[in-house]
Amino acid sequence: MTSIGTPLRAFFESEVERLLDRLYGTALRLTRNRADAEDLVADTLAKAWVKLPELRDRQAFEKWVFRILVNGFISERRKRQARPREVTAATTCGEDTFSLFEKVHQPFLLWWGNPEQELLDKLLREDIESAVEELPEEFRLVVVMIELWGLSYAETANTLDIPIGTVRSRLSRGRSLLQGALWRQAGEAGIAPGNAKGDAR
Amino acid sequence: MTQDLRCEEVIEKLLEYLDRELDTETEHALARHMETCRACFTRAEFERKLRARVSEAGKAKAPESLRRRVRTIIEHY
Repeated sequence: MTSIGTPLRAFFESEVERLLDRLYGTALRLTRNRADAEDLVADTLAKAWVKLPELRDRQAFEKWVFRILVNGFISERRKRQARPREVTAATTCGEDTFSLFEKVHQPFLLWWGNPEQELLDKLLREDIESAVEELPEEFRLVVVMIELWGLSYAETANTLDIPIGTVRSRLSRGRSLLQGALWRQAGEAGIAPGNAKGDAR
Repeated sequence: MTQDLRCEEVIEKLLEYLDRELDTETEHALARHMETCRACFTRAEFERKLRARVSEAGKAKAPESLRRRVRTIIEHY
């Protein structure tokens, strides 16, 4: 270590220690591949380490490093594809209204206790991970940024360079697809009250 | 925004409420509604707990190989 001072190094090391599992988990959900996730996090932290002296507000480190990760992911995807992937008709059509709560909160099920809590308790972490990974990329990015990292709609729009209205519509559609996938998985696993067949609708 | 919201209006704005994306007045109107409406409160609690479960999906134990790479990055620059 030559050019970056010791206090900055101590700060960086402690922040990396605090955030590494979250960065890796997020990278896994985005890339859906362990080797690519590891490369993405390593590249992100290399860039962050070099640019760290430029970061004026250390409180902003968490969101700053996360934005580097997202931009790295998008730029890598663009390199791999001849042209950027467009949102397809299949993923933009359809209603944004699938609600897990409405599926579970049925009068006849309420006789048996608390079906909503029961479903939440029985969903495996693996079910949720694969439901996130199943989302088409455009929706996955927005869901990850807002639900997993707590970015605001404006921060998400700014990072992805898209209008805030597009963030709202992708988030709404992404959540609907996510809850539909969870409902289907819960049905297949036999843990969804009232959905023994794994129907997504 | 009127003081008294209907349940349909609350449900329509619920996810933005949980995202803290509503203006202060609307946010307070939803909070007030849920103090007295058990159905909307129950739904909000479900969405909040589901969100907490989903956010767990953003964490995974980083492998030792990645930790080694990070140490190398810090040492090399």
